[in-house]
Amino acid sequence: MTVNMTKGQAISLQKSDGGSLTSVRMGLGWQAAPRRGLFGSRTREIDLDASAVLFADKQPVDVVFFRHLVSDDGSVRHTGDNLVGGVGQGGDDEAILVDLQRVPVHIDQIVFTVNSFTGQTFQEVQNAFCRLVDETNGQELARYTLAGGGAFTAQIMAKVNRSGQGWAMTAIGTPANGRTFQDLMPAILPVL
Amino acid sequence: MTAELTRGQNHPLPRARLEIRVSAGTPVVAGATLGDENGTIHGVERVVHPGAPTLPGLEVSRQAAADHRLAVDLDAVPDAVHRVSVLLALPIGGRGPARFGAVAAPFVAVTDLDGDEVASYTITGLEAESAVVALELYRRQGAWKVRAVGQGYAGGLAELLADQKLPEAHQLAASIHEAVASGLARSIPAPPAAAPAHRPDHGTPPPTGPGTPVPPASSPYDPQGASAPGPQTPGAPGRHGAQQPYPGGPGESATTGQPAAPAGGPIDYSHPRRQNTAPPPPPPAAPPAEPGQPARPVAGDATGWSMEERLYNQVWGMFEDLARTTAAYRSAVDFADSRMEKELDQVLADPRSRIGGQGDAAREGARARHGQLVAQAREVLDRDVAQLVAEAEVVEPALPAAFARWDNPVWHAYRVPMEIPMALRLGDLHLPEADRIRIPMLMRLPLERGLWIDSGRSASLDGSFADSHEMRRLGLETAVAHAARLLAVYPAGEFTVHVIDPAGSGAQALAPLVQSGVLAAPPAQGAAGTADVLARLTQRVDLVQMALRGGAPDALPPGLDTSQQLLIVNDFPHGFDDRAVNQLRYLADEGPAVGVHLMMVADREESAGFGPLLDPLWRSLLRLTPVADDHLADPWVGHAWTYEPSLVPPGSQVLQQVLAQVAAARRSWGR
Repeated sequence: MTVNMTKGQAISLQKSDGGSLTSVRMGLGWQAAPRRGLFGSRTREIDLDASAVLFADKQPVDVVFFRHLVSDDGSVRHTGDNLVGGVGQGGDDEAILVDLQRVPVHIDQIVFTVNSFTGQTFQEVQNAFCRLVDETNGQELARYTLAGGGAFTAQIMAKVNRSGQGWAMTAIGTPANGRTFQDLMPAILPVL
Repeated sequence: MTAELTRGQNHPLPRARLEIRVSAGTPVVAGATLGDENGTIHGVERVVHPGAPTLPGLEVSRQAAADHRLAVDLDAVPDAVHRVSVLLALPIGGRGPARFGAVAAPFVAVTDLDGDEVASYTITGLEAESAVVALELYRRQGAWKVRAVGQGYAGGLAELLADQKLPEAHQLAASIHEAVASGLARSIPAPPAAAPAHRPDHGTPPPTGPGTPVPPASSPYDPQGASAPGPQTPGAPGRHGAQQPYPGGPGESATTGQPAAPAGGPIDYSHPRRQNTAPPPPPPAAPPAEPGQPARPVAGDATGWSMEERLYNQVWGMFEDLARTTAAYRSAVDFADSRMEKELDQVLADPRSRIGGQGDAAREGARARHGQLVAQAREVLDRDVAQLVAEAEVVEPALPAAFARWDNPVWHAYRVPMEIPMALRLGDLHLPEADRIRIPMLMRLPLERGLWIDSGRSASLDGSFADSHEMRRLGLETAVAHAARLLAVYPAGEFTVHVIDPAGSGAQALAPLVQSGVLAAPPAQGAAGTADVLARLTQRVDLVQMALRGGAPDALPPGLDTSQQLLIVNDFPHGFDDRAVNQLRYLADEGPAVGVHLMMVADREESAGFGPLLDPLWRSLLRLTPVADDHLADPWVGHAWTYEPSLVPPGSQVLQQVLAQVAAARRSWGR
């Protein structure tokens, strides 16, 4: 059922029965890569942050990130900052919930990004993924694995944009560098 | 996990110690009969009912209640018993309904001691019946099972018992109803049960005073939210029997799930006064929505341990939803405006558009796109507001007095409460985009900040300027309404109001408080009176603070009034010298922590003579206005909300009636 997405691939968020999705969760999970050699068990804490930027006609209107957990209109909610990443396996460490029905009418794109707040590059992160879940039934719609860990500190993961009456999701996967989403704005604009 | 049973269906029971929870919208009597293989009851001693609430392995409540918890320990049931029938009956007499057809379908659930449901059953299809066998627990090949029965009897308990071949059915039915009636007499009767939303809160039990015998009725099975609404007569048994420190009887240890002590009866380790830690009864379920329609709202559809807390959370949820929905609408409209402006500018800047109709067409297009976006945004807003309006329509009537408007009928059924409510309604909030909906402004109690009723001249929203004399009168009337509400929602004698009215100009507005005799003393007049009241309150703050900081709250002088104090100051700064102003500031800063609150009715302009000295005072108080004014911001988006004070409808005597009850209760408490 899950679509494993590759860079640039777009999927429509229509349900198979024709109804459109009402509520989705963008989940981000990661684990810190253990250090090699002595004291290898001392994994370093890595703080990745998920953010969502709401665009209206290519103008950023609102941002949901760890310092602004709910968009003003209440349609996009961040479940809270996770400073250390996954201790368990495969669960979402940070999640952003999007109530697609409540997204204001002028918002046409929502871009999801990941930054390394502590400055480690993705080389030091293991098993990082970003996935889109239908919040109403917990079904995973799409999963995008942070490919291979390059020497960069941020990534523009995916965007959810209006298409026709419903919404579509596009995997982006563009690497970038920056501590918070503000640093990513130049990298985000070309993908809109 | 939970098996939802239909009539006739059965389900295995995983363990012998169980609870059976009953929730009906109205008080019902719960009981159980123990029958042999054929379902025959051998004698009255095989029936547990409110008159004989315990048998080995079974215990029921002594009272009729909307919610029951029956404790069952199937291992303790005699071997000869093969069938335990759980029965419900409507109490005879009183104001309750006489047939199950007139009330909501009763819901019964078999749960284990942790509250996890094993099986549940909603008894539907009842009409003229006034007694019903809800469930049957029966032995089958050495194991116990539960079956949903739902067999009703129009002839009531007597017919039900006779059907199980009990010879003394009629006498027993009569004695059960008698026992219930005597139980009802101990508690204040329930208000006409309109909706389950009217159920009283399940707050902490009133403290059982020393010397008040704990009646045996307060067993662990006393229903949560028994038929008594909120207030109970002083010394009535705590409703949360589970915390009663002295349970006794063999069946009791079965429910509380504690190992019985070898001798001297079981020991209850639970905190005697702490809230029941058992899960609260489920929130009222929304009726199934019609396809394509949003679910119809229900009062109390939020989280919380009691109905009061649920309603409080629901109101705050509505507040947040309205704030955010409006934010979405406003940001969409702002965006549409700025986009249209930009596009019109472009048209203007483009030299080609100056010739021919091209420019006009582009302008038209820009306006049309603007209109379309705004219309879309409006449509979404209207949809959301309609949903909130529907929610408000069910929530408002369900609110308890402390949360309700003065015109709510709940104030006419007012009784002096035994417990401090969670919060107090200070007024209504609304936004210009959604004029149809008023959000109750609920403030947590005890108050954390003083109140400032601004009687200054403000340009009221409807453009009519009230003159300063009129504003002062309105301000004091608002203050009286707030003070009366505070007096009414606190238990008798736990809230004391002092008034400073130096020039005596507020006599007319203060009349309801003065005449009903709820004030601690007549309003203080003149500089001497002002100084006296301030000195006494300052001293009280000092003493309590010292006692608390020194860790010796017992050392307070015996005569000290430990209730919450409210000081209403009218006509500030008239009659105040520098010393009095300093005392007032001290009270505003230090008072709330030790239960002394300030309510100023004042025009800031008039005290300008004190200079910046008073700025911290105004900042520390919550500003309210006697007329509608948009000065309050929500905590999420920061919209300017229009506040309207909660005032008594003109011509209504409800304030006087309520205050008369408060005064009577204060007198009987000797304050």
